[in-house]
Amino acid sequence: MKFAFYPGCSLESSAKEYKESTLLAAESLGLELEEIPDWICCGSTPAHMSDELLGIALPAYSLLLAKQMDTDGVLVTCASCYSRLKAANHAILNDGTMKKKVAEALGEEYDGGVPVRHMLELTSDAIAQPGFDEKITRKLSGLKVASYYGCLLVRPPEITGFDDPEDPQSLDRLVAALGAEPVDWRYKVECCGAALAFSQVDIVRKLSGEILQDAKDTEADVVIVACPLCHSNLDLRQRNIEKYLGIDLEVPVLYFTQLLGLAFGYSAAELGLGKHEINPVPVLRKRGINI
Amino acid sequence: MARIGVFICWCGSNIASTVDVKAVAEAAADFPGVAHSVEYKYMCSDPGQTLIRQAIKEKQLTGLVVAACSPRMHEPTFRRAALESGMNPYLVEMANIREHCSWVHEDRAEATTKALETVRMLVEKVRRNTPLEEIRVPVTKRALVIGGGVAGIQAGLDIISAGIPVTVVERTPSIGGHMSQLDETFPTLDCSQCILTPKMVELSQSPLTTIYTYSEIEEVTGYVGNFKVKIRQKAKTVDHVKCTGCGICVEKCPAKVPSEFECGLADRKAIYVPFPQAIPNKPVIDRPNCIYFAKGKCGVCKKICPAEAIDYDVEDTIVEEEVGAIVVATGYDLIDRALYGEYGYGKIADVVDGLQFERMLSASGPTGGKLIKPSTGETPKTVVFVQCVGSRDDSKGIPYCSRICCMYTAKHAMLFKHKVKDGKAYIFYIDVRAGGKGYEEFVKRAVDEDRVVYLRGRVSRIFEKNGTVFVKGSDTISGQQVEIRADLVVLATAVAASDGARQLAQKLRIGFDQHGFLTEAHPKLRPVETNTPGVYLAGTCQAPKDIPDTVSQASAAASKVLGLLSSDELVREPLVAHVSESVCISCFACEDTCPYGAIERVEWKDPETGLTTEIARVNPGICEGCGACIPVCRPKAVDLRGFSEEQIYSEINALSDMFKVKR
Ligand SMILES: Cc1cc2nc3c(=O)[nH]c(=O)nc-3n(C[C@H](O)[C@H](O)[C@H](O)COP(=O)(O)OP(=O)(O)OC[C@H]3O[C@@H](n4cnc5c(N)ncnc54)[C@H](O)[C@@H]3O)c2cc1C
Ligand code: SF4
Ligand code: SF4
Repeated sequence: MKFAFYPGCSLESSAKEYKESTLLAAESLGLELEEIPDWICCGSTPAHMSDELLGIALPAYSLLLAKQMDTDGVLVTCASCYSRLKAANHAILNDGTMKKKVAEALGEEYDGGVPVRHMLELTSDAIAQPGFDEKITRKLSGLKVASYYGCLLVRPPEITGFDDPEDPQSLDRLVAALGAEPVDWRYKVECCGAALAFSQVDIVRKLSGEILQDAKDTEADVVIVACPLCHSNLDLRQRNIEKYLGIDLEVPVLYFTQLLGLAFGYSAAELGLGKHEINPVPVLRKRGINI
Repeated sequence: MARIGVFICWCGSNIASTVDVKAVAEAAADFPGVAHSVEYKYMCSDPGQTLIRQAIKEKQLTGLVVAACSPRMHEPTFRRAALESGMNPYLVEMANIREHCSWVHEDRAEATTKALETVRMLVEKVRRNTPLEEIRVPVTKRALVIGGGVAGIQAGLDIISAGIPVTVVERTPSIGGHMSQLDETFPTLDCSQCILTPKMVELSQSPLTTIYTYSEIEEVTGYVGNFKVKIRQKAKTVDHVKCTGCGICVEKCPAKVPSEFECGLADRKAIYVPFPQAIPNKPVIDRPNCIYFAKGKCGVCKKICPAEAIDYDVEDTIVEEEVGAIVVATGYDLIDRALYGEYGYGKIADVVDGLQFERMLSASGPTGGKLIKPSTGETPKTVVFVQCVGSRDDSKGIPYCSRICCMYTAKHAMLFKHKVKDGKAYIFYIDVRAGGKGYEEFVKRAVDEDRVVYLRGRVSRIFEKNGTVFVKGSDTISGQQVEIRADLVVLATAVAASDGARQLAQKLRIGFDQHGFLTEAHPKLRPVETNTPGVYLAGTCQAPKDIPDTVSQASAAASKVLGLLSSDELVREPLVAHVSESVCISCFACEDTCPYGAIERVEWKDPETGLTTEIARVNPGICEGCGACIPVCRPKAVDLRGFSEEQIYSEINALSDMFKVKR
């Protein structure tokens, strides 16, 4: 299958390792990716919070570009981009006036029909395929993994439409399929504070702190995420949270694609494991993972 | 030659102020076929009717058009007046120039034209009316009640009290329904079993009652007054005639499964009586869980039964009954627990639902009435109750309010505090809906006397951490996020239609909504009837409700049944479809279309050719005259009496003629 790849802004900067690991994992899974030429920012929270049309037209622009490519749809990795691209399709398909307004804004009509898939959806499909096990070359057994979904990946269900919005399982199933051990914890869909990181950091420290604390209490070795913003709140800010809350966390946070890449045998350097604030390598080694 | 009489009513000023009634009467006098045309202030009044009666005789009228209000209002009045003067009542038509004209228009000239057009159409129609006779069908004086919960029991009791026999079909091994699982009931806290059991006994002991437990409806044919019902009696494997109910088989049976009646809080045997007060109080074997049926070995119950009542070889049997009316009382289920993964329901032992809590409260329940934490058996000190679990939650596809949970949650919290004096009870709620008699007072008692703490907000997550259950939610009044350590959590899960309600509705040809609740004929004015004559609704199968409302509806349904069965014959309007035999091409498109199942297949011998073919026939006892079969009949073999194609086209033609004149 071939997909038009929409990396989104974060994957070009703070989440480079998400991009690299996604490209590697996709290759192993036999997914062909071609980046959408001249894609633009989806607008994320600021756009749709300030202007509804802007929030729809920005992602629609990139979708229109993707439409001209000969692919099976668009592949996204960032939960926020995913949410916005899907919201654009949803709005254009269900609201004739919005469709018209978007067409005026873009100077061209877009029908809302380009399929948008998250890398996790495609991975979930892949693990169900025969032959998946043969791709696994590195043993992850014994590694306890807390899957963190955040708010946007599976919500609102009428837009994202995959997995249970309150008790999702797709990451957990992936962890199990890779031979690692999914832990049952409480904070898998609690909010990390998201973009409040720019305006009300205290809230982010508190919310993300609770998430990390629960992962630690559940004795998870690592947390996996599927969103660059979640990652930056949970990982980049972790030292700051420790200081602010006066606690000791030391919980490594990986992108699920990095875990996938590890299982497929890529090296720590290839997967960008060194790019994290909390170094995951010691705990991985401790669990007998050969890196 | 048609001699039509036209009678224009003023309806006081209701019509006359907007429609020039005199002009209409004068113009109508010149319509083809009209022999007499007058207006009068109140046609429905005694002098008005006399005017009509005299005109019929004096002018030898052959049909009437009364231009007045809606036929829903006074068609019966004018038909009766015609009958009194010896005219067939189906030669009377009404032109609605009030609701359809004077009330909805302002311009007098336009309204007058429209009134005239309406009269003209009806004149053309009535010229083609034929005398019709009412349809009379015999009535079987027996009623069927489907579902043996309190709704079915009450309906059954009320019907037998009038001397009409009743057949009750209950799916489980005992009648009683959910009410038999309850402990004490709001708003009076009387013991559920104590008020239900006497009713169960009274119903079962009446010589007028036949109860089929462990049975379901297989097929329903026929029509109002004359239903034929096939009932599947699932093989009980225990001969209830021989069985003495000694219970020794139950004691010795080695196969254990979670008890449905105890909501999984205790086990039952494969051969079982669901609860001590069950009626009948004789066991059945649950074959899928029986060792003998799984492995061909065991047979303990057969060996031990002193009455030799066990027979592994019996099969399901089908019994047929004829009944005149049907009451559907199939009740409710609680929603599937899988819908709320985030509340740990089914995963965390100390999270239970309302019915499980009732069983724990009950002195005859699995804990003997002691409240416990299922995980440890200890007495819970802090109990958190969560209302609206599923109900009023669009994201779970259940927009409706379950109506009973606010009340039973107040009851639960109250009963908990009565049992655990130093306990703490918290209730998360969205609103407290306590609209019944004595209900608000009941909730207030929970707050004032029993110190139950109400927290207004939703729970986002319930989880277990190191053996403790945490309930995380918001308290929207203090504007804070709260987290409560609970020993026990009780979820007020939404009431849903009972499993299989949709399939049953299809067999009965009655409607159901998108949630599977059965639909009444009119939400306000016909709340216990369905759209299929002779089929009535009682209790929670129609919508969530409490016991008082369930019982009221059951009595209402019973009185409808008794009204129907009180006469020997049913009289129906003859405005039904009929098939002209020689035109029918046996495609049976009408059969697929008819929503009431009124089309039958009959053998017909063509008098010209002498050949016999199978053709369609309309059963006038079932046909509702909806006309759905008419457009699908390609050779136009089927037509509607009183609304024939010819009549309808003549109306349309009359109207288009008038338009031509206007242009
Ligand atoms: C936790 C809880 C507490 C409650 N407490 C109170 C209270 O204190 N006070 C109060 O007023 N109300 C209370 N209620 C509500 C009460 O349970 C209902 O109002 C009442 O039981 C409704 O009776 P019913 O006959 O309509 O339905 P049910 O009790 O559900 O009976 C329906 C019967 O039909 C049978 N059936 C179903 N489908 C078929 C079929 N296809 N063929 C044959 N048989 C079938 C079922 O087996 C069952 O026996 C409570 C409810 C709950 C959940
Ligand atoms: S055969 Fe055995 S398992 Fe089955 S009901 Fe009888 S005793 Fe129980
Ligand atoms: S009765 Fe009360 S708790 Fe139940 S759904 Fe309605 S509002 Fe919610």
